[in-house]
Amino acid sequence: MLNLDKFQEIFDTVKKNKLRTFLTCFSVAWGIFILIILLGAGTGLENGVRQEFSRDAINSVWIRRGQTSKPYKGLQAGREIQFTNEDYEELQRTIEGIEYISSRFYVWGNNNITYKDNYEAFNIISAHPEHQYLENTQLMKGRFINVRDVEQRRKVAVIGNQVETALFKKKHAIGEYIGINGISFKVIGTFTDERDEWQQRLIYLPISTGQRVFNGKNKVHVISFTTGNSSPEEGAAMEKKARSILAQRHHFDVKDERAVHIGNRWEEYLKFMRLFGGIRIFIWVIGIGTIVAGIVGVSNIMLIAVKERTREIGIRKALGASPWSIIDLILTESIFITVVSGYAGLILGVGVLEIVSKYVPPSTYFRNPEIDVTVAVGALLLLVFAGCVAGFIPARKAAQVKPIVALHDE
Amino acid sequence: MIRIQNLNKSYVVGNTEMHVLKNLEVHIQAGELVSIMGSSGSGKSTLLNIIGILDSYDAGEYYLDNVLIKNLNESKAARLRNQLIGFVFQSFNLISFKNAMENVALPLYYQKVSRKERNKRALAYLDKLGLLEWAEHMPNELSGGQQQRVAIARAMVSEPKIILADEPTGALDSKTSHDVISLFREIHQTGITVIIVTHESDIAERTKRVIQIRDGAIIADV
Repeated sequence: MLNLDKFQEIFDTVKKNKLRTFLTCFSVAWGIFILIILLGAGTGLENGVRQEFSRDAINSVWIRRGQTSKPYKGLQAGREIQFTNEDYEELQRTIEGIEYISSRFYVWGNNNITYKDNYEAFNIISAHPEHQYLENTQLMKGRFINVRDVEQRRKVAVIGNQVETALFKKKHAIGEYIGINGISFKVIGTFTDERDEWQQRLIYLPISTGQRVFNGKNKVHVISFTTGNSSPEEGAAMEKKARSILAQRHHFDVKDERAVHIGNRWEEYLKFMRLFGGIRIFIWVIGIGTIVAGIVGVSNIMLIAVKERTREIGIRKALGASPWSIIDLILTESIFITVVSGYAGLILGVGVLEIVSKYVPPSTYFRNPEIDVTVAVGALLLLVFAGCVAGFIPARKAAQVKPIVALHDE
Repeated sequence: MIRIQNLNKSYVVGNTEMHVLKNLEVHIQAGELVSIMGSSGSGKSTLLNIIGILDSYDAGEYYLDNVLIKNLNESKAARLRNQLIGFVFQSFNLISFKNAMENVALPLYYQKVSRKERNKRALAYLDKLGLLEWAEHMPNELSGGQQQRVAIARAMVSEPKIILADEPTGALDSKTSHDVISLFREIHQTGITVIIVTHESDIAERTKRVIQIRDGAIIADV
């Protein structure tokens, strides 16, 4: 199929019709260029939203207290549901597939935090060690709350970077003691959460310490867990099970959506991903449409070329060219033109994307437009296929040329 | 070399059927120099096309080099043409975007001869025909006589057993025509069978045997 001689033959004919070849090449290159740009833009959009989501664990389920809205087994509607440590333990024990789980006890109000002469008000959350993975808390120094801290109700605190800056200025915070509402806590770690400023102004305490010191008994405000590698269906089942366990423990109707509020981000995330799936299909449809236009152009021009070359083909046949060698010649020329020009379009498209991703600052809805290798390779295969399709009809027409008719003197 | 028995061929033109060749019998030995004469529409070109395996026939038999040529598929016909037959046409039929050497080398391309070897052999034949210095020229830079000599070199380069010439002098002046016919006589001397189709009697007179055709039948064979 591939040999230098044949390419020499093709170069000869291509050189003979420079303008025609250029126009053909342009239509194919343009099609691929548009496809690459569209796909890159789609990926950029997707990357932007994905980044937006990645600030919290995507597969997390958040359970918040509510008020019953339906009477249940003689109990009135309007009851407030109060979670406890036992709810946390029960969920942890009975729901399979949980990756990380934590409960939260909020210390409400702006709490006055002091270090030496500095003071400022910050929010406080007491939580379990695994909470770190639920919020995407990025530790900068020291460590997060551990199991021992919770067991022994240690008076330790992990502080956000804005808390650190406000209280310690540029001084070393780890190991120092801060006062929280007059009670002394040892700083064991500092953290940041790049996407969330509210988080940066937070202080984390061990849940047991928080409950004891701030008079919470065994009360819990929020329970959250992640579903790990579970599929969306499994995640939905876990959510349902959590609801039914809580309904049983707190005597409310499972169908009472307002008794507890359960939110999970992965459902929202999946919704977005489905949207992107749709956008991607849309992009491929447009891109392939553009390429099809290119193919039709190539096919059309090859058809004209075959008509113009009828006599030449007749001569070749008289000299001993088999129909196959004629088909081969036309088809190879067509594939050659589409692949070379398509490749040019591909390179150009990728180049433009590179420049855009380098000089256009990433925003919430657009970052890193890119094309992965499989797509690029796929596009090239598509081109070869396109070349075959484009060359097929002209090649067949060429093979059917009868030498006696072609050589007939006009 | 060529044995044609009871050959019949008709074309359908519109609604009427034209019986072009009627029960034709032709035998040509290897190494003959033959001309086929007839006015236009006599069927002589059709006969040449059938001999050249460019056209099919309806009934009868045609043996070329003791091989029955009947209902061949195109690939096989192409191979036989390439191996056994060299063509020379009235309008030369050189490929316009190839130079003289490349035109001559083309039949060897379809014999899968390497490029270097092809060009070497093509140059040798151009040299034989006194065209070596024109090897790099394009057909439109050559005179009619030169083009026809390039075409003859192309017909000979694959060392065929038969050379078929269809009105080879039709587009040439009488002086050049004379030279071209001399060339065919020389080729004939080397043992190759040469068949020339013509309607000019002074061309036919210079061949060893003249077959006259009228209305699809042989009227004289001397």
